[in-house]
Amino acid sequence: MKKILLSHGGGGEETQKLIKNLFLKYFSNEILNKLEDASLLNLSGKVAFTTDAFTVSPIFFRGGDIGKLAVAGTVNDLSVMGARPKYLSVSFVIEEGLSFEELEEVVKSMAQEASKTGVQIVAGDTKVVPKGQADKLFISASGIGEVVYEGLSAHNLREGNVIIVSGSVGDHGACILAQREGMEFEVPVESDCKSLWNMIEKVLSSGAEVHAIRDATRGGLAGVLNEWAEQSKVTIEVEEEKIPVKEAVRGLCELLGFEPTHLANEGMAVFAVASQDAQKVLEILRSTPEGKEAQIIGKVVKKGEPKVILSTPYGVKRVMEPPAGELLPRIC
Amino acid sequence: MPFKRLKLHLKGAVQGVGFRPFVYRIAKELGLKGFVINDSKGVYIEVEGEEERLKKFLFKLNREKPPLARIYSQEIQFLEPVNYEDFVIRKSEEKGEKEVLVLPDIATCEDCLRELFTPEDRRYMYPFINCTNCGPRFTIIERLPYDRKNTTMKVFEMCPECKREYENPLDRRFHAQPNACPKCGPWVSLYKDGKLIAEKNEALELLIEEIKIGKIVAVKGVGGFHLICNATNEESVRTLRKRKRRSEKPFAVMFKSLEQVEAYANPTELEKALLISPERPIVLIQKKKELAPSVSPGLKRVGAFLPYSPLHHLILNSLDFPVVATSANISEEPIIKDNKEALEKLGELADLILVHNRDIKRRCDDSVVKVVSGVPTPIRRSRGYAPLPVEVPFELPKRVLAVGGMLKNTFALGFKNQVILSQHIGDIENLNTLKVFEESVFDLMELYEFEPDVVVCDMHPRYETTRWAEEFSRKRGIPLIKVQHHYAHMLSCMAENGIKEKVLGIAWDGTGYGEDGTLWGGEFLVADYTSYERAFNFKPVKLIGGEKAVKEPRRVALSLLFDIFGEEALNLDLLPVKSFSERELKNLYLAWKKGINSPLSSSVGRLFDALASLLNLKQILSYEGQGAMMVEDLYDPLVKDNYPYEIRGKEVDLRKAFLEVLKEKDKSLAASRFINTLAKVCEDIALMVGIERVCLSGGVMQNDPLVTKIKELLEKEKFKVYTHQKVPPNDGGIALGQAVFGLSLV
Ligand SMILES: [Fe+3]
Ligand SMILES: [Mg+2]
Ligand SMILES: [Zn+2]
Ligand SMILES: [Zn+2]
Repeated sequence: MKKILLSHGGGGEETQKLIKNLFLKYFSNEILNKLEDASLLNLSGKVAFTTDAFTVSPIFFRGGDIGKLAVAGTVNDLSVMGARPKYLSVSFVIEEGLSFEELEEVVKSMAQEASKTGVQIVAGDTKVVPKGQADKLFISASGIGEVVYEGLSAHNLREGNVIIVSGSVGDHGACILAQREGMEFEVPVESDCKSLWNMIEKVLSSGAEVHAIRDATRGGLAGVLNEWAEQSKVTIEVEEEKIPVKEAVRGLCELLGFEPTHLANEGMAVFAVASQDAQKVLEILRSTPEGKEAQIIGKVVKKGEPKVILSTPYGVKRVMEPPAGELLPRIC
Repeated sequence: MPFKRLKLHLKGAVQGVGFRPFVYRIAKELGLKGFVINDSKGVYIEVEGEEERLKKFLFKLNREKPPLARIYSQEIQFLEPVNYEDFVIRKSEEKGEKEVLVLPDIATCEDCLRELFTPEDRRYMYPFINCTNCGPRFTIIERLPYDRKNTTMKVFEMCPECKREYENPLDRRFHAQPNACPKCGPWVSLYKDGKLIAEKNEALELLIEEIKIGKIVAVKGVGGFHLICNATNEESVRTLRKRKRRSEKPFAVMFKSLEQVEAYANPTELEKALLISPERPIVLIQKKKELAPSVSPGLKRVGAFLPYSPLHHLILNSLDFPVVATSANISEEPIIKDNKEALEKLGELADLILVHNRDIKRRCDDSVVKVVSGVPTPIRRSRGYAPLPVEVPFELPKRVLAVGGMLKNTFALGFKNQVILSQHIGDIENLNTLKVFEESVFDLMELYEFEPDVVVCDMHPRYETTRWAEEFSRKRGIPLIKVQHHYAHMLSCMAENGIKEKVLGIAWDGTGYGEDGTLWGGEFLVADYTSYERAFNFKPVKLIGGEKAVKEPRRVALSLLFDIFGEEALNLDLLPVKSFSERELKNLYLAWKKGINSPLSSSVGRLFDALASLLNLKQILSYEGQGAMMVEDLYDPLVKDNYPYEIRGKEVDLRKAFLEVLKEKDKSLAASRFINTLAKVCEDIALMVGIERVCLSGGVMQNDPLVTKIKELLEKEKFKVYTHQKVPPNDGGIALGQAVFGLSLV
């Protein structure tokens, strides 16, 4: 089996071969193919720009891989700011000894994911580090998009805004945890890793009044809502039973004592929408393949007192804590 | 005979207990002149006459004082006379620093009871009868001084007859602030489906009929609403459990008389004394005959109490069975106290709702007392006790607000040499209880016109009270001090026992946040008021699933088995293992091995849970402490031996003991030997540490056979062992410990 060697990152002939036979093969487009020191882009109007580094173990997981994750993650960061994703740049830090096949698998998956939103990979770099200095493969990705809907911001939540999630919570975090630790469950947990631009575009072009969108990645739903409450200085109230959680994720959380709302998603977005448009947005979301399980989960109940309240069917209200390290038991 | 003037300033529980008429009477008897007045600090007296008579006056004052009066200090001064003309009771003053004690609510006295059931009496069957010696206090006082206009009774204007009693210094209702009668006072109203269906006597009669046929009713009492139903009717009790969403946690039972208690339980003399005390707590007593099985399933004790308000007496007196009387709330929520809220929220829980129009100013749950190693130990210190201060052996250098823990919360105001511990607030797990906590803190601070110089809280970053204290400190610009949980337990025990010396503190409980970020709960601390050292502790066990493990003893047992057998434990034919599927077990093993959400805990409470699981008493708890209570119930004092264990370095390792438990066939033997083992560990460590005074605190120290055994072993070795008698050993007492840590802040 062909393996990636240190020489593949040396800049010489081996490197050139790798670029031609692998990266150009899958990422091919007019801009990238020129192989200039920098790519020249045509953009108009307001531009959104984002960057992220992706490290995940294992690099292949149920529902995706590190490549898909890098593309979808970057696309989603642009999308939730109301920007149509246009161009990506990607850098690979490869651990010596990674099989060529695995790398190819990742690259192929990236190309596939990019094609879904029509985003182009226009710049990139590759480095190989000695064994042990990286964990198989790290990908750093940056993205640029054209803003088509302005004003989306974590500071922009208003009293009365309705909170909608586009899918079930915690899928990615639960999946990675189970696979990394070698845990098996009755129903396997699958990552929700996917690009959300197509879904978000439908909402943004519908004329609905949207105040904020976030993809609930690290920190999960609880992380997003707490940041929103903090930055917009509002109290958000969420109905616990309305939060969609997959049976498999719930099972894992029950067993290990985790909160599903603290676990990451990689293909789910949270919306804060003006109340008069909430139903409309919900229907749009549900009409898309990415948002079939969308759900209205709560609303901004008042200005001031930044906090997130979780209410149970019996009317008991608790604070939805932001995820912070270990959830140490409080019971004495 | 020299003629002198005696100036006396009495502090303590001296207002609202008939003190002034008593002083008036003895002054008149001795022919002394002067006056008596309630001021903001207590009772102020000036009497003049022959010196011999003044001394006699002093003696009588102390010897014959009204039964409820508690004098904490008396300043005495002999001065030159100023020639008073008569002895009078002066109107109370309203200025000056408030130091007066607010009295707790006091159970109906014998005199009032007699009147209540005398057909000729004008208060015959009147549910709000009271006098200077009894009735509501803490729950109706809006502000000080304690005067009718400062209570929730202010809206009722006294009729001429009541007013005459109230103004007559020789009447037993002289200045009884809640004095009332059917003509002028509050009355009861009965609601069904949100509609008023009857009032006064008719309401009571209807209510009683419905209880008799098995209905669940809500009744407004002294410090909040109760849900009441026939305690011998299994169907009623089970319906109540369903509606309250409370699966197994025991219900308290109100009996009409001591005789009725004795028909169902075996109270000791001391327990009987507690049952009839003016505080009227719920007392945990050995059962004799089963009530409805769902009252306290799986336990050998029942929480019994006697009627403490005239309304309770009227209800119980018309029934020939005891009733379940549990706080009216949906589990987790605070007890309901207002009519409006009751009518809104209790409709689903109760078939009928009996309200009255005397407002409850502040909530006050029933208190719970258990006799532990022969002494009354508060489990919950609330109605009847709060807000009496706990005297501490030092002057506090600052005014301290101590916010307590998170579960069974009470908070405390500390000043001078006393700490006022609040009524029971409860488990601050949700926003409503947090709100009640906050309201109660501001309420008590306002009542006592108390402005803290410093606020003290626990170290646990996830306690709502910690967060609240952090914000309070920021807003007020006063310092915040965090006290380690088990150290606070220890300090509370030292303070209530008036200990000034260094102690060995044995603090065992569920879990508390340790200084090293792990969970503690099996601690041996060498402590004084300024610092402590963690001398020994139990070998930590991983709590697989964090909070989940606190609710599921089987997870703690499993973790222990992993500690002993490693992965082999997965194949053991043991109940905690069998209660999981094979796949779950593998995952739990991985979580344990890799430490995924499996924090370390040295808690003894958790070890009791592990034992409860291994003995198959309980794999999943329905309420906190259930496992330990079931183990306690199995103790046999005739078993004298214990299991082997190891003390290595500073760690106590009970794995050898648990290995023996696995071989034990007899559950009672296992429970007894386990408890004896824990006591033996205490003896070993006390001998190694060699400090004469040993304090026992923490929720585990509610365990009667355990505390009894520890005391027996240590006292044999000439140690002085101190336990709790004033505040609970559980988290309901840690506010006191937090408050006295302030001693080090000079
Ligand atoms: Fe504790
Ligand atoms: Mg990002
Ligand atoms: Zn009385
Ligand atoms: Zn009257």
